[in-house]
Amino acid sequence: MRYARLTRRAALGGMLGTLAATRPAIAADVTLLNVSYDPTRELYRAINRAFAEDWQAKAGQRVTVNQSHGGSGAQARAVLDGLQADVVTLALAADIDALARRGLIAADWQRRLPNNATPFTSTIVLLVRKGNPQGIHDWPDLLKPGVAVITPNPKTSGGARWNFLAALGWAQKQPNATAATAEAFLRDLFHQVPVLDTGARGATNSFAQRELGDVLIAWENDAWLARKEFGAEAFEIVYPSLSILAEPPVAVVDSVVDKRGSRDVAQAYLEFLYTPKAQDIAAQNYYRPRDPAVATRYAERYPELKLVTIQDFGGWETAQAAYFADGGLFDRIYTPGK
Amino acid sequence: MTRRSALPGFGPALTITLVWVSLIVLLPLTSLALRPWELGLMGVWHSITEPRVLAALRLSFGAAALAAVVNVPFGLLVAWVMVRYRFPGRRLADSLIDMPLALPTAVAGIALTALFAPKGWIGAWLLPLGIKVAYTPVGIMVALVFVGLPFVVRTLEPVLMDLPLEAEEAAATLGATRSQTLRKVVIPALAPALLAGFAAALARGVGEYGSVIFIAGNMPMLSEIAPLLIVIRLEQLDYAGAAALGLVMLLVSFSILLLLNLLQKRMGVKIR
Repeated sequence: MRYARLTRRAALGGMLGTLAATRPAIAADVTLLNVSYDPTRELYRAINRAFAEDWQAKAGQRVTVNQSHGGSGAQARAVLDGLQADVVTLALAADIDALARRGLIAADWQRRLPNNATPFTSTIVLLVRKGNPQGIHDWPDLLKPGVAVITPNPKTSGGARWNFLAALGWAQKQPNATAATAEAFLRDLFHQVPVLDTGARGATNSFAQRELGDVLIAWENDAWLARKEFGAEAFEIVYPSLSILAEPPVAVVDSVVDKRGSRDVAQAYLEFLYTPKAQDIAAQNYYRPRDPAVATRYAERYPELKLVTIQDFGGWETAQAAYFADGGLFDRIYTPGK
Repeated sequence: MTRRSALPGFGPALTITLVWVSLIVLLPLTSLALRPWELGLMGVWHSITEPRVLAALRLSFGAAALAAVVNVPFGLLVAWVMVRYRFPGRRLADSLIDMPLALPTAVAGIALTALFAPKGWIGAWLLPLGIKVAYTPVGIMVALVFVGLPFVVRTLEPVLMDLPLEAEEAAATLGATRSQTLRKVVIPALAPALLAGFAAALARGVGEYGSVIFIAGNMPMLSEIAPLLIVIRLEQLDYAGAAALGLVMLLVSFSILLLLNLLQKRMGVKIR
């Protein structure tokens, strides 16, 4: 039955706009809408419950946090088009920057909360089938003949952009690497990709449920979740020699909270994410906590990794233009004759 | 002003029709047509002549046309059986034909993908034969055949019903062979309806998104349909680029439908 659960989630969550209220509003004094990206459903369900208790105790007010999930870019566009999100918790800063550029959020949003407004992080790992039959240990193994790699479309999926940058980061750090060798590596890598799903959860489904491909490039948290859903014996997680520090940031949507008068509780909600309690929930849901004490407690689950960051690519604005915009590196991979 | 139509209520009926059509059809289409031009004429041209866009357009229209071509003979057969024969379970079969219309397209897409994926019931059988359906353009066609079938069947049924058995019987008594009856009597009478069914299935296929997206594979230049490209552009907040592509699809579809309509008229019989 666990198969059916993921399918249903993909069908409802992935495609149909995804406004999923987690709980019926039972005489709620206040509601918040958290517009988030694809694989955070389980995480925020747990956090919202904890926050409701916390806020009830602290402010004596009942709060219901509704969740909406989808591809990070699509979610940002929905907010831009008028979805009344009190807070956004998206896959990458570029999507929140897009909201800031259009005046929905203050430009300095990433300095309003600690750690670049990223309460927890993740990284990109390789998920392979039981026994690792193709002998995948690091990025170059993905180019072996006959190895099919599953990763979503970086044009539509935030997670896919982290995947892309992780692979690129490795290629750039090789001895004698040039821009041309890095581009060639990415080109070869995407020639091993038989299907481009539009979102990270869709790609996980293609790999785990339709048994497509030999390797899934995935969020660390989604890889762990797939193991939990499909049984730890079904897949193995391979940590490559180098990956990327994936920072999914959070922000209060100023234009919405000012209109709805929900700024206090929205701000408290995001601050709550940094508390040991929420950090613990994040760690349980396979995100890497920022809180050192919590991180120590879960240290064995999260091996130390050599990580590049988005700053190594010049920040999101530069990376977006160079790799993912029309005519960028990703487009060139699929342009014939080049 | 003295000559009045024999039918009552012409004035109000036409007024309501014009307002309604303007509101429901013309207004959204106009807003679409106005959207792309902030890119400038050259900008629009560039955004719709990228190789990736052209490949997607070719795929969308090509697959929809092929699927419609497949649907016409099989749709005719199904309609024929439904109209001409009485058999147990006919009503059930009749309702089944409408299922592709009622089913959310995403559900259809997921079901077809599960079936045709390399590990699916059918996909597993086809794989040793070297046939891949899911995640290839063939898969797109399969999905479009699925969603297009009811359009052909439902267009043909009323025409078949009106086609008098006597004509076929007369042909037979005049010494026509079975195939002659079919070629010279039945098919010509049906031709406009066949064309209309083809057009409806084609139009449906060109715009189809939900079911195709799951089975297509979505590889740029290979199995990426134009509607997906529109969605991708929207998600990059490139509203003008998305509208430009939408406008192209609209114009091409409109031209094709107009052409088919004229062709139908030329065949003499006007379909309701």
